[in-house]
Amino acid sequence: MKILRRGGLLALLVLMLVFPVLLSPNTAVTDIAVYTLIYAMGATGWNIFSGYTGYISIGHTVYFGFGAYTMALACQYWNIPGGYLPFLLLPLAGLVAGVFAIPLGALVLRTRKYAFSITTIAVLFIFQLLGFNLTGITNGSRGIFLPSPPWDPNLSDLPFYYVAFILLVIALFVSWRIRHSKYGLGLLAIRDDEDRAFGLGVKPGPYKLSAYVISAIFVGMAGAMFAYFIGTIFPQFVFDPVVDVNLTTIMFLGGLGTLSGSLIGAVLVVPLQQWLTLLLGASSLNLALFGSVLLVVLLVLPKGIVNSLKTRWIAWKASHPKAEARVNDAASQERAVLAERREVL
Amino acid sequence: MPRPPSVLPDVRGGRGVLERYGLVSLVIQGIVLGVLTGGIYALMASGLTLIFGVLEIINVAQGILVVLGAYLSFVLERFLHIDLFLGLLVTLPLMFGLGVLLEWAFIRRLTWERITLSILVTYAIALVIEGILGFFFTTNYQELRSWYIDATVNFGGFYISYVYIFSFLLSIVLLAALFWLVYRTSFGRKLRASMQNRTAASLIGINVSRIQSITYGIGTALAAAGGMAFGATNAFNPASSYDLISRLLVIIVLGGLGSLSGALIGSIVMVVIGDVVALLWSPVWSSTVFFVLLAVLLVFRPQGLFGRLEGRKQ
Repeated sequence: MKILRRGGLLALLVLMLVFPVLLSPNTAVTDIAVYTLIYAMGATGWNIFSGYTGYISIGHTVYFGFGAYTMALACQYWNIPGGYLPFLLLPLAGLVAGVFAIPLGALVLRTRKYAFSITTIAVLFIFQLLGFNLTGITNGSRGIFLPSPPWDPNLSDLPFYYVAFILLVIALFVSWRIRHSKYGLGLLAIRDDEDRAFGLGVKPGPYKLSAYVISAIFVGMAGAMFAYFIGTIFPQFVFDPVVDVNLTTIMFLGGLGTLSGSLIGAVLVVPLQQWLTLLLGASSLNLALFGSVLLVVLLVLPKGIVNSLKTRWIAWKASHPKAEARVNDAASQERAVLAERREVL
Repeated sequence: MPRPPSVLPDVRGGRGVLERYGLVSLVIQGIVLGVLTGGIYALMASGLTLIFGVLEIINVAQGILVVLGAYLSFVLERFLHIDLFLGLLVTLPLMFGLGVLLEWAFIRRLTWERITLSILVTYAIALVIEGILGFFFTTNYQELRSWYIDATVNFGGFYISYVYIFSFLLSIVLLAALFWLVYRTSFGRKLRASMQNRTAASLIGINVSRIQSITYGIGTALAAAGGMAFGATNAFNPASSYDLISRLLVIIVLGGLGSLSGALIGSIVMVVIGDVVALLWSPVWSSTVFFVLLAVLLVFRPQGLFGRLEGRKQ
């Protein structure tokens, strides 16, 4: 099983590495691939906070915007030419987003659960308005142009693809480390029952705030990548509620709180959305179709693809004891009980 | 997305206005306009907060349902030449039916992670409606037309369109009916019981799922009424829903989630602050000032003005 899983992971990595080379002259496809990776990385970051603690933030676009504007303004201020140099600004963008996340997170985390979700939306609109109105910094609705990379237009997606890929791997690694640490267990305990977790010695305040800041850093870097990739930024596109709904949708489809969920969700959501926009964008029917697909998937697999398949797999294994000889050992029994309990909850 | 035009009918803010009219009269005008338009927002927000209280979902679709109501009035007015206010006799039952249908088809199926999933499901509903509206009416801005939109009344040196006054009267009538329904009828008692404790309510024989679907219908119908008034005072397109839903969510956070009087006060406070700032300073900053005040309020009172502190849910 372990060998199978490692092999699968390796095969996936190799596939993702060679994928753009195979399709490289077709920029329509590689564009979508870059967007998918950026969103997968943003969703992985978002999941570190919202997936693990159960606090659904619909305002992480704020950090997407901070990242994007940091990238644009830094390029403008230091006169950085297009090329590989702007990629070095990605950590700076993440840092700026993280620093802003500390006071903002402290503010919005005063509310709990759904009041939190609604409050984050309000914060998002504050910053969208600031983006429009602080024309001295953001140039308002006229937007800021980023330096364009000097690469061959047919191949110019490749550097973006690989940088986004590296960032995604880093985000997944951090998310995985957190998931398997005592800190991560504390976050999951907050998701399951905040008051009981508090009683057992988890300090919800610092736990939530630190996870919020970590996730803001990754979403900020995703925003910076996005800004450099599309080349111009406007307040309405980087402080766009749609970005957040996308992150949420990706994780809910993939599976909230799971690692692979961000990848699976992004691969399903982003290409579908981009393809529908290309196909039907002029008539607005793309929105109706995308919404219908979303509705069907949410109603059929409400727990997300990864979680639903996992519970089904465990149920199947439990009902076929001969198929898996070692099903009766303590560990898998415990797992089945846990899965059942989550089902009940 | 472009902001819908300011709700102020005649006077645009900025320099010069202050010298011309004087501070006190500007503040008074802002307050009057704010109270008049606040009534419209109160209609939409009371639907949202009722739905939140009874169904325990966040109905992100409320914004697009308002816009849908505006488009229904638009169709009746433009193609059938029915007066906007008379048209409500058609659109309100229609939207009530649509709400009941939506609740039955989608909301009722949510059992796991109800609140968070409801955000996504209602967002998906909103996308479908937005797409359909965009397909039929394009994304160009539309306006409702009627004599009382063009005609104005002199109000202490300022001109206010009649439609503001009519819409305000409509809001008062509908909100009074809503309060009567919720606080004076046996249906309202059942509704409030299911709001307080769903399990206990169903144990004493209340058909909670029926209450829920009727509540969603009422919320949708209120959105339609608010949509007609919104369309009469603003240019709108399918994407107006994003601005609307953000304002509505902010209103119900300000007033306290699930509180009807909170929605009422929240709407008026929001619009009055917005209008006064727009007149005294600049329309572009009006919502920002309000949002900053909201943030300050949340620091001291996270449950909102009329909300109760969230107890522990078992």
